[in-house]
Amino acid sequence: MHRYIVKRLLFLIPTILGVIFIIFVVMNITPGDPARALLGVSAPQADVTALNHELGYDKPFLQKYANYVKNIVVNQDFGVSYFTKQSVFDEIWPRYIVTIKLAFMGVFLSSAIGIPLGIYAAVRQYSLWDTIPSIICYLIAAVPAFVLGMVLLFVFSLKLNLLPSYGIDSFKHYIMPALAISIPPAAMNMRFTKSSMLESIRQDFVRTARAKGAAENIVIWKHALKNALLPVITNIGMSLGSLICGAVVAEKLFSIPGIGSLIVDRITYKDEPVIVAGTIMIAVCFTIVMLIVDLIYAYIDPRIRAKYARTKE
Amino acid sequence: MENLELTDRKQNIDIFKKQSQTKEIWRRFKKSKGAVIGLIMLTAILLIIIFANLITPYEMASKQDLANKLASPSTAHWLGTDQFGRDVFARIIYGGRTSLLIALLATMSSCILGSALGAIAGYFGGTVDNIIMRGLDIFMSIPDILFTMAVVFALGPSFVNLLIALTLAYFTNYVRLVRSQVLNLAEQDYVEAARAGGSSSARIIISHILPNAMGVIIVNTTLNVAKVILYESTLSFLGLGMPPPAPEWGLMLSDAREFMRNAPYLMLFPSLAIVLSACSVNLIGDGLRDALDPHLKS
Repeated sequence: MHRYIVKRLLFLIPTILGVIFIIFVVMNITPGDPARALLGVSAPQADVTALNHELGYDKPFLQKYANYVKNIVVNQDFGVSYFTKQSVFDEIWPRYIVTIKLAFMGVFLSSAIGIPLGIYAAVRQYSLWDTIPSIICYLIAAVPAFVLGMVLLFVFSLKLNLLPSYGIDSFKHYIMPALAISIPPAAMNMRFTKSSMLESIRQDFVRTARAKGAAENIVIWKHALKNALLPVITNIGMSLGSLICGAVVAEKLFSIPGIGSLIVDRITYKDEPVIVAGTIMIAVCFTIVMLIVDLIYAYIDPRIRAKYARTKE
Repeated sequence: MENLELTDRKQNIDIFKKQSQTKEIWRRFKKSKGAVIGLIMLTAILLIIIFANLITPYEMASKQDLANKLASPSTAHWLGTDQFGRDVFARIIYGGRTSLLIALLATMSSCILGSALGAIAGYFGGTVDNIIMRGLDIFMSIPDILFTMAVVFALGPSFVNLLIALTLAYFTNYVRLVRSQVLNLAEQDYVEAARAGGSSSARIIISHILPNAMGVIIVNTTLNVAKVILYESTLSFLGLGMPPPAPEWGLMLSDAREFMRNAPYLMLFPSLAIVLSACSVNLIGDGLRDALDPHLKS
């Protein structure tokens, strides 16, 4: 098992380097001139060339990439924003926390709503507890998160005046954005949990458990659910990607100062350092979470554990 | 009496007569109520969009009429007007052209790119497979939205760039799907036979393996169209999709947000357009899945 963990942890390094590389390549498709962007349009060409040289931007692409990575690793330095002339890291960090907080609230809420509903729908298949939530889930699969957010905004802020419509000053401010982004993944979680539970309920070991006289609750929660949860956990990990997208949407919709809205704003100003750094920071967090999900998966699934114990990979 | 028996026997023979596969799929597809409703809805939407210029001229969607701005629905403007006095109905049907065209093109291009990579990885295996799949792992550890942001930043928002961004966001599904299909199918006897007969790898993949994986690909593609419709409108909402004066559902909603208090219907109709088109595509996709492969029915 720890061979597997070590292997996966080691693979994290090339993955993160690859992620940075891909983003770096895409960002560098357009010829950039950082010194021109820093000094302004009226600066003399000689100064621009000198600063470009000083920043290392006249070097070949791979060298620039290596320098960028080295700067991050050694000095935790992501460069200076073209737009505000401030350290990119200082500018991004507080907003990064906000976005990550929002995305994790989404993970928590979508699991807390979707999984119990899915279990219940599977246990009571064909009852109203199954059909009504299933139909709602089906419809939600066709509604983008920002439309859900607008509906919430309209009902709870504008009509009922219950919740604030923008900002992040208190816990109340997080309710609507977190709910808006977690409804679509919650619907997905429900569908997944339901089908996985249905499959697991029909297995032989569940029949055996019932036959030996185990209480229905124990059969469902201990025997069936334990086996049904594996694909659900993978799905939670997969939904993190759409939750990050959701967080960006919620930031725009509810005027939340997060990293997504920062990147979207700075796209207009061509503020490359902020965009590259912001993208990389989210991508790295995403990669690490995906790794944790994989490890949890391997940890709780004895079949996977056994496989790695045997083949000694 | 004898005659009756004869026709009876003839009917029996007809039942057992081999039907063409398309007919059989269509028969199963028709059985599902949801799928038929979805098909009717989508056909109606497509007809309205294709014949948009017969219903209302494009001018209505672009012409500003500030005297008449934010008007509620009336006989002159069926769904009201927006903040510049443009007709919302016209904007929705012309916006549908952009949205659905992008969704179709992006799905097709991601399907082609992804299927090609998946087929190559699955068929050749070994090092080729490893390189493609490890590259894909890295690619997939960048959330779609970030990649799209990077592409839009580098290339600027436009129709073609949106297409590129969407293709890159969605091709990964196909690689995995087609690869796993090919891995299963490459073991089949008819592939072995084709190889023994001297067919080239390209020929085996294209004319023996891919047609057998088609069912899964078609279902996945249909369901993907709905996802792309949603994602594309989200991008436009964020200002990463179509640039502003164009009529586009996500953009209309992004504008409508500011007028939520006075003109909530501005929010309602584009949302409905998105939901109805995505939902109809989903219904068709599920119907197709059940029709193409009855074993998969959940």
